[in-house]
Amino acid sequence: MALGEMIGIVLSLVGAFLALFIASRAYTAAYEFHMFVFALAGFGSAFFIFKRHSSMTEVAPQEINGKPNYNYGPIKFASLAAVFWGIAGFLVGLIVALELAFPDLSMGLEWINFGRLRPLHTSAVIFAFGGNVLLATSMYVVQRTCRARLAGDLSPWFVILGYNLFIVIAGTGYLLGITQGKEYAEPEWYSDLWLTIVWVCYLLVFMATLWKRKEPHIYVANWFTLAFIVTIAMLHLGNNASIPVSIFSPKSYIVWSGVQDAMFQWWYGHNAVGFFLTAGFLAIMYYFVPKRAERPVYSYRLSIIHFWALIFMYIWAGPHHLHYTALPDWAQTLGMTFSIMLWMPSWGGMINGLLTLSGAWDKLRTDPVLRMLVVSVAFYGMSTFEGPLMSIKVVNSLSHYTDWTIGHVHSGALGWVGYVSFGALYCLIPWVYNRKLYSLKLVNWHFWISTIGIVLYITAMWVSGILQGLMWRAYTSSGFLEYSFIETVEAMHPFYVIRALGGGLFLVGALIMAYNFYKTIASPELVEAPEANPALAPAE
Amino acid sequence: MSMWKHHAIFEKNTFILLVGILIVVAIGGMVEILPLFYLKSTIETVEGMRPYTPLELAGRNIYVREGCYLCHSQMIRALRDEVERYGHYSLAAESKYDHPFQWGSKRTGPDLARVGGKYSDDWQRGHLTNPRSVVPGSVMPRYGFLADTPLDAKHIDDDMTVLAIEGVPYTPEMIAKASVDLKAQTMPDDPSVADLVKRYPKAVAHASLSKDVVTEQDALVAYLQMLGTLVDFKLYDDKANLR
Repeated sequence: MALGEMIGIVLSLVGAFLALFIASRAYTAAYEFHMFVFALAGFGSAFFIFKRHSSMTEVAPQEINGKPNYNYGPIKFASLAAVFWGIAGFLVGLIVALELAFPDLSMGLEWINFGRLRPLHTSAVIFAFGGNVLLATSMYVVQRTCRARLAGDLSPWFVILGYNLFIVIAGTGYLLGITQGKEYAEPEWYSDLWLTIVWVCYLLVFMATLWKRKEPHIYVANWFTLAFIVTIAMLHLGNNASIPVSIFSPKSYIVWSGVQDAMFQWWYGHNAVGFFLTAGFLAIMYYFVPKRAERPVYSYRLSIIHFWALIFMYIWAGPHHLHYTALPDWAQTLGMTFSIMLWMPSWGGMINGLLTLSGAWDKLRTDPVLRMLVVSVAFYGMSTFEGPLMSIKVVNSLSHYTDWTIGHVHSGALGWVGYVSFGALYCLIPWVYNRKLYSLKLVNWHFWISTIGIVLYITAMWVSGILQGLMWRAYTSSGFLEYSFIETVEAMHPFYVIRALGGGLFLVGALIMAYNFYKTIASPELVEAPEANPALAPAE
Repeated sequence: MSMWKHHAIFEKNTFILLVGILIVVAIGGMVEILPLFYLKSTIETVEGMRPYTPLELAGRNIYVREGCYLCHSQMIRALRDEVERYGHYSLAAESKYDHPFQWGSKRTGPDLARVGGKYSDDWQRGHLTNPRSVVPGSVMPRYGFLADTPLDAKHIDDDMTVLAIEGVPYTPEMIAKASVDLKAQTMPDDPSVADLVKRYPKAVAHASLSKDVVTEQDALVAYLQMLGTLVDFKLYDDKANLR
């Protein structure tokens, strides 16, 4: 048995017994349940490592006939997990949208009240769906662009499965009321600790694969992935610094407080957008758009400027979430200034992505997958224009605390992150399974249904957000506030219904995609690698 | 142009690329965050701030657990309509003992920074149980289960110990008397309330609906009813901290 396998089994068993010990003295039933899940995962992993060892005849070779023997197993798992969590996350999003329109829908049940489901929705779509897409694509791209097999044997599996275990712990925790009350960083100390271990392993697998590369240069997509991994680690550690009440308690207290905690939170929160939802997905853009369009990236120099300017400026933008609050003015102004400047690298990246299609624009008529990728870049441009606009203090005085923010987030999340992920998955799943994509027609249906959904969603939130912001600050001619708060809430109802409809259409689109993948994987394997000749539909 | 060829050093060395990224992404945070810990003007000095009582702290933990911050802000911005609607704009000092802060980012419901004392205990209980019984157009979920769930505050002194390590001025006496103080705050007519108020000025006891059990609703109501009540803005001098 290899050393790695022995270490894996020993650590799994030690972890499992530690979890059982903590479970035996847990302060709350929910925490006890989580420790049992950890214990189960530990025993399961020891068992599977052993089983895998006994069924494997030889170690997978690095190369076969002089060609790299790429490791696609973990990528397949993460791709399918992304589809699963995406649908789960969109569904929970639809439920919370309906709860805002029809509040008694939750029937007062604590597990499904808005306050507990909302973090479940945001975490499921950002970290579970987005995270698995990033794991799958980054592990694929790094292998292909380095022309080397993924580093490690068990460790890529540990990253993928460990990350999904984190998702399960975090998600069930929300329903059971385990949260540290920081937006987009709700998981408690023990889930954070687990994620840290997984993330360090991810960094090591990624770096080690770069070290093995057969190409002299590191491809631009990998710069973005590396920045995403490293910066998310920094943000995660800074924002989640906390002291648990006891090792037997799920509860911890963040070491920061008040205004400093607010600054830490939005330094983290805005850069979860900047590095998780932007840098990571830009890596997808820089690989999948050129690959699918069969054109080189428009400008190498623009990539360099785009990369360094983007990662330098994004970090500063956090305070625009705290305009006119008790955060010192100098920090607010600094945040606003950098947010506006951020428009430039963002659009530089968009231009680099779009102009990659130079000479291949005709493919938009024949390839709905490429169309999805290109529209995602267009949405990226739109929401990175809207963001700097909303970060201007006077605009923010109207938009902050309203649905306009929600609309802005979703134009980025559904339009950019969603579409670039779908586009990448439509490429990736046929590639790693060595199948032909079942139906381009269904991709077309997915595209149009979800586009209508996005448009309904965003416009409903623009109108409701601006309407509510204006109602809050409306004065009568005699100088009194014109509307009570509840009048402004009641005015939101029609827009909440339209938003739920938009979200529902987006979910339908994703279900069509899942069916398409099911049929793809169920079809017979191809003899020849499919990425050589992407199938095209007739022009419309 | 020759400048571009120097970029190759990042493209050919994984480690140099990593270090370059780390340096570039660390700068913004350092400039914006570190000064907040030493610039005295960040948190002004105001009279009246004190740590939460054990019951208020337990109530705050329920507020966090149920995700109230996802719909309610606790941060009144320095804008005319907000000050007229909710009261004096929020000061940094008012959340200095908040681990974590609960300023929020969305107002699906109104701001709660100064909700304390605005409504009666009965209104708060009725509203939590069924918001639409007192505010027909409300979209808030029902929180009736809080009234049926006994408060689990066995370890509240551990919570206070951790917060003391993090800088909240809980004294050893406060921590030792945690469970006594917690119970006292649910019995307005009990003599032990005087001790509670001595340790936590302006603390108000709220009669529990049941004599034997302290419920989660009791704790949450105690927390809501103290929000924004500590600083006396009749005495607050907004020029005192100018420099």
